[in-house]
Amino acid sequence: MPARVSQGTSRPLSRFVADYGMLGILILLCILFSVLTLQDQHTTGADAAGALYAALSPAERTENILIVCGDNAQDQAFADALQSRLRQSGNASVQILAGDPPTVRAQLEALADTVAVSNLIATTQGFAPVVQSITSAIPAYSKARVLTPPSYRWPTFLLADNVRNVANQITVIAIIAIGMTMVIITAGIDLSVGSLIALSAVVTAWLIGNAGGDTASGGVMLLSGLAGILLCGAIGAFSGLMITRFRIPPFIATLAMMQVAAGVAYIISQGKPIYQIPGGFVLLGRGAEPLLRIPYAVLLMLVLYAMAHVVMTRTTLGRYIYAVGGNPEAARLAGIRTGGILLLVYTLCGVLAGLGGVLMASQLKSGAPTYGLTYELYVIAAVVVGGTSLSGGEGRIIGTLIGALIIAVIQNGMNLTNVETYTQKVVLGLVILGAVLLDRLKQQGIRLKMRRT
Amino acid sequence: MSNPATQPILTMSGIGKSFPGVQAVNNASFELRPGEIHALVGANGAGKSTLIKILTGVHRADRGVITVNGSPVSIHSPSDAQRLGIAAIYQELMLVPGLTVHANLFLGHEPTKHAFVDSDSERTLAMRQFQKLGVKINPDALVKDLTVAEQQLVEIARALMAEARILVMDEPTAALTPREVEILFGILRELTNQQVGVIFIGHRLDEILAIADRVTIMRDGATITTCPASELSRQSLIEQMVGRSLTEEFPKAPPPDEAIRFEVRHLSGGMIRDASFSVRRGEVLGLTGLMGAGRTELARLIFGADRKAAGEILLDGDGLRVDSPQSAIKQGICLLTEDRKSQGLILKATAKENFALPNLHFWSKLSWINGGKEASRFLKHVELLDIRLSGPDQRAEDLSGGNQQKLLVARWLESQSQVVIFDEPTRGIDVGAKYEMYLLIRDLAVQGKVVIMISSELPEVLGISHRILVMRDGQIAGELDPSVATQQDIMALAG
Repeated sequence: MPARVSQGTSRPLSRFVADYGMLGILILLCILFSVLTLQDQHTTGADAAGALYAALSPAERTENILIVCGDNAQDQAFADALQSRLRQSGNASVQILAGDPPTVRAQLEALADTVAVSNLIATTQGFAPVVQSITSAIPAYSKARVLTPPSYRWPTFLLADNVRNVANQITVIAIIAIGMTMVIITAGIDLSVGSLIALSAVVTAWLIGNAGGDTASGGVMLLSGLAGILLCGAIGAFSGLMITRFRIPPFIATLAMMQVAAGVAYIISQGKPIYQIPGGFVLLGRGAEPLLRIPYAVLLMLVLYAMAHVVMTRTTLGRYIYAVGGNPEAARLAGIRTGGILLLVYTLCGVLAGLGGVLMASQLKSGAPTYGLTYELYVIAAVVVGGTSLSGGEGRIIGTLIGALIIAVIQNGMNLTNVETYTQKVVLGLVILGAVLLDRLKQQGIRLKMRRT
Repeated sequence: MSNPATQPILTMSGIGKSFPGVQAVNNASFELRPGEIHALVGANGAGKSTLIKILTGVHRADRGVITVNGSPVSIHSPSDAQRLGIAAIYQELMLVPGLTVHANLFLGHEPTKHAFVDSDSERTLAMRQFQKLGVKINPDALVKDLTVAEQQLVEIARALMAEARILVMDEPTAALTPREVEILFGILRELTNQQVGVIFIGHRLDEILAIADRVTIMRDGATITTCPASELSRQSLIEQMVGRSLTEEFPKAPPPDEAIRFEVRHLSGGMIRDASFSVRRGEVLGLTGLMGAGRTELARLIFGADRKAAGEILLDGDGLRVDSPQSAIKQGICLLTEDRKSQGLILKATAKENFALPNLHFWSKLSWINGGKEASRFLKHVELLDIRLSGPDQRAEDLSGGNQQKLLVARWLESQSQVVIFDEPTRGIDVGAKYEMYLLIRDLAVQGKVVIMISSELPEVLGISHRILVMRDGQIAGELDPSVATQQDIMALAG
């Protein structure tokens, strides 16, 4: 045997780059949109009160301060917090004026006539223009200074609310993309997931509507959601059965189920959205855990990704999924029940699409047959951008999460930078193409280096 | 046939080529005369393929000079090579299966009449070319309906119609039956009469010695020697290829026990009709016959890969219920498939994953894989079989043919199978690796296992087996004792 030195993709670093190279693109995109959306940010609520208090000189803190603000919750919180801070530091002569602009104006005019006019008026950045225009019109306030909390430079893209927004937008697609990744790794495809979103949302909403409607109990909502998910799982299993037992190509089998599921969703809902759902139903879609205010949907997504990652990398099931996609005949001859694996994977994809539908119904507090339209394409795009090859046998679950995030970040970034909706579609299309092209070039690069005798 | 006085049609001298980390070819020189069949031999990784790929424009040499008809040329792409009259026929044929023979022959330069493809003249020209070659192929047949041998002939015809003067044939006989090989060799000899030069790459030494005028031997990236085939023997060829002397080419296992371990009774299904045989403890049973005689089909039936219509399979006296590969493996039968790439390996998966595939249950609990145990089992086999790889996570497709085969053998050794069926275990691997495979088969027999070895290489079948079964038309045509039988005896039974 001649000694052979082999080049390998086996070195951990290059393997990592090959598997998760898209992470770099995601980070670059985040930096890009951060720079593009860098602007003055206003603070609001109690934080704004704290910032303003800190900006006051000790002398100013003891002066006769008038707090003026609008009647929204954020402004109220600001006023209350600032008042209590000032009172704590021994200033008892703090007054609050709150309400819509006409009310505030009337109150300010009344104050101007009676007591000694305050020299310092504290207000929020949002309400400052109103205050400015009122005080400049009343001579008694000509000497008054209007104080606002200091603003700071920070990318809008990176504001906690926006980050939450991005994460929230992508959960439905990202959760379904887990199942789609597995399907695509088996060298298959599932086109029915978009319709399954609609079907699951409609079935769930319809069941809740028929079991109490607005007054349905938590148990009813849970069972209805489960029913929607299970129905989608059954449809996924049916597609899987057609594919394994009758050798119908996955594209055709799931295309057919896509039509069937969409049709059934329209039949059940009679073409109209179903709104008779209790308010508590939005907990899943809009709720957030209290500590870091991470939305429950995002937590659910992260947990599912962690589980799927472990399944694909650490269990025999994961190995078999890769094997069936890489070479079905070799897998069968190695003693793997290839049919069973395929059936399981399509069922799982259906279940996750059903979960996506329940999640969307929860986010929108209704179920409509129009939900999830063309979502299958976004889901497939997330998988492909994440580096999974449509020819099967290759791909990473975490790559798909990154792919989904790339799509969400691009959409969100373009919204923030006022790119037109139509232009957004063009850009998104090109991004998908670019991602696959990049992957292809990278693979060819490796292959050229690997080519030997 | 060769005329030493004629000027070489091709020379390659001082050729060197390295890939990152690998010196693939290092100072190789080669010469081809018109009307000569020149064999290029060497162990896997000796650099044959790289040298040929440089000639056909797939790779560019780092250094060295190539001349065609006496004038230096630079070959930067396959189309450069084609222009210079160099045509290569690879193991994987380059035909479009769904098109007709004549459409394939003219693919890319179709004759036209009034802007339409002129199928009639395609047909006529194809017929003329086939006549010249002395073969009968219907130009209107679809390529996918032809045998591999016929497809190869179509490729040769295509090369000749493109005015090729230098024909490179990469392991052309690998998938052919002995009779087809004879036909191919007849055609190659005919080509040399037309002053075409043929470069012949192969692993079957007997064939090489039979067909080649001269032989160039490569080892470790360099050409060792070029000499007339008549001056070489099988033994000397092997020794020069591996660079050491071999004591025996076929190590044979000691005689088996009397006790019968494995039995197949009246097995039928697919093309197999009523196959019955038994194998003793520690016996190596050779299974041979022409291609398409049903050897692989019989193996697949035993292994549960195809559905059987009737018959019984017994191991140690117990009847087995085999209805899928999964159940076969569970009951101690394994099959090393003939085609490593399409039926054995998951090419995109790592070496370790390929090794582990049927054995995961040994080191997983509730589907959870114990990675540490897996790695240690794998490394043990890597050491045991001397598998060369850069690491356990190297992709299977990046291993050489011999190492791919060893990897699959390691897989089945780990599975603790009692009945080991090897389908063409030495096809496409070099002499050194072949010898290691024979040692392995011997070891399995010594351990008391049952080994069934399917092979078309008659010297190998005669050298390794304790007993030989010859198949013909889906039936077992007869049994031979290799200590007295000859290749002619086998061929007589095979049809």
